[in-house]
Amino acid sequence: MGLTITEKILRDHSDNKNAVAGDIVLAKIDKCLGNDITAPISINVFEEIIKGTNKGVFDKDKIILTPDHFTPNKDVASAIQSKMLKDFAYKYNLSNYFEMGRVGIEHCLIPQERLVLPGEVFIGADSHTCTYGALGAFSTGVGSTDLGVAMVLGKCWFKIPESIKFIYSGTLNKWVSGKDLILYTIGKIGVDGATYNAMEFTGEVIEHLSMASRFTMCNMAIEAGGKNGIVAPDKITKDYLKDINESNYRIYSSDRDAQYDNIIEFNCSEIEPQVALPHLPENAKPISEVHNMQIEIDQVVIGSCTNGRLEDLEVAARIIGRNKINPRIRCIIIPGTQEIYLEALKKGYVELFIKSGAVVSTPTCGPCLGGHMGILAPNEKALSTTNRNFLGRMGHIESEIYLASPAIAAASAIKGYITSPDY
Amino acid sequence: MNGIVLKYNQKNINTDLIIPARYLTNSDSQHLASHCMEDLDRNFKQKKEELNATIIVADSNFGCGSSREQAPIALKTAGVKCIIAPSYARIFYRNAINIGLPIIEFQDISMINTGDELEINFNEGNLKNITNASEFKINKMPKFLQEIISIGGLVNYAKKKILEK
Ligand code: SF4
Repeated sequence: MGLTITEKILRDHSDNKNAVAGDIVLAKIDKCLGNDITAPISINVFEEIIKGTNKGVFDKDKIILTPDHFTPNKDVASAIQSKMLKDFAYKYNLSNYFEMGRVGIEHCLIPQERLVLPGEVFIGADSHTCTYGALGAFSTGVGSTDLGVAMVLGKCWFKIPESIKFIYSGTLNKWVSGKDLILYTIGKIGVDGATYNAMEFTGEVIEHLSMASRFTMCNMAIEAGGKNGIVAPDKITKDYLKDINESNYRIYSSDRDAQYDNIIEFNCSEIEPQVALPHLPENAKPISEVHNMQIEIDQVVIGSCTNGRLEDLEVAARIIGRNKINPRIRCIIIPGTQEIYLEALKKGYVELFIKSGAVVSTPTCGPCLGGHMGILAPNEKALSTTNRNFLGRMGHIESEIYLASPAIAAASAIKGYITSPDY
Repeated sequence: MNGIVLKYNQKNINTDLIIPARYLTNSDSQHLASHCMEDLDRNFKQKKEELNATIIVADSNFGCGSSREQAPIALKTAGVKCIIAPSYARIFYRNAINIGLPIIEFQDISMINTGDELEINFNEGNLKNITNASEFKINKMPKFLQEIISIGGLVNYAKKKILEK
């Protein structure tokens, strides 16, 4: 019987070489990750486990700590949490601790730093760790205790997931990006439509999709309840990793006769840019419909681990051009990492954004989780390129969040209501 | 175990509702517990105390969203001893197991209401609603997960693993 890419990677990392979907395995992990919200608990767990033993971290090069959520520290409490990460990193001589100035939003930073490669098993105490499936790795979010234990044992328990195969056929309409494909998909299957499953993204559209869009799609697998999103590595993946010798990673793909829980095909010529209405990502509607609703907004956020990559800023810059941000709107643009920020500076995007009336922030999760740098007041509406529009996520519980791509966000920031660059 | 129910007839109760991100700058469990479920129900704490409830019943996809372990920690520290829902988001599910908070997948939540007294026998896979005199079978967990729960969570499991070596 054939196997899926997810089954193969997990089986090869586990002690059970016959394991298939449904089996619980203890698997070796290649890297693990924690941030300023989740790692403090993991550190306590870690210290409790090794207390009285001569144990330390399983591998000082395989533990990554990114204080990115409230960076630069927004208050005393968050500063204390970040300090825990720093102290831990220095105590155990970790090679992948990223201090402010080097840190970026973790899921933009880690692929950029080549800290995840095809064929690896990666866990992160952050639900959007599923992002790296775009590189053909098995990558998933876990809890703080899982991370604490993994930092000692170098292992994590998994139930090998069944896979759902998504086939995207046809060609993409104008302004349709990975963000629109994934919002459309979640709109069709619901926020629990892939609970526990691996979401395998395939089809001719995916074969031509940029890495940035693939990251965006895998990033939001969790918003359909998925355990991981995954795209089999191909030429686009190899080009993205051209600075890495191919012998350093392993390329897996699904067998032709692999077993799927479900196979779902979408004809992309029917997919318009999408907007998810409050308060769930599954409330996705085509832009033509949302445009007619004339939804006036107070804030636009372009950034996050979903859409904070250079390609996202490029689209926004192209649409904003010489236009001005609508004076009623606070437009916040957040490059995902310092490298992206610098590139955006060099290409002139940052100047263009500032001249248009937007603010450009240092890399941070900030407003995405209602942390800081752009909190909403009661009854305010935001259009955001982030991944969650849950009630109260970006501020007051009577505020509203709409999710869309950078193209829709930029066009709407100019007009003042949710619209497309084409209207 | 026996306990009184507090029920939320709502699907997709996410971890932002269970513990909002604005409280995550401090991971002290008492602090988290004091804000537990705040954005879902301002009166959570009061209701829970008035009823003396220790079992939360909710609709499907409970705990979706962020991976924050602060969510099950907040619930556990607030005195929740068991959660019952038709389904869970997977990270919440594993977090609950890892910290030793029992969690039951149960479809017929219409048979349970706020204020009902339940008797749950995990070993035998039995759920009894004493208030309306009904009885149900519940699924037993896979062996590996039972092992984790029975030794009190993943931390104890890891300690045991280290000592074995
Ligand atoms: S940008 Fe938002 S979704 Fe992404 S890691 Fe940060 S808080 Fe989480």
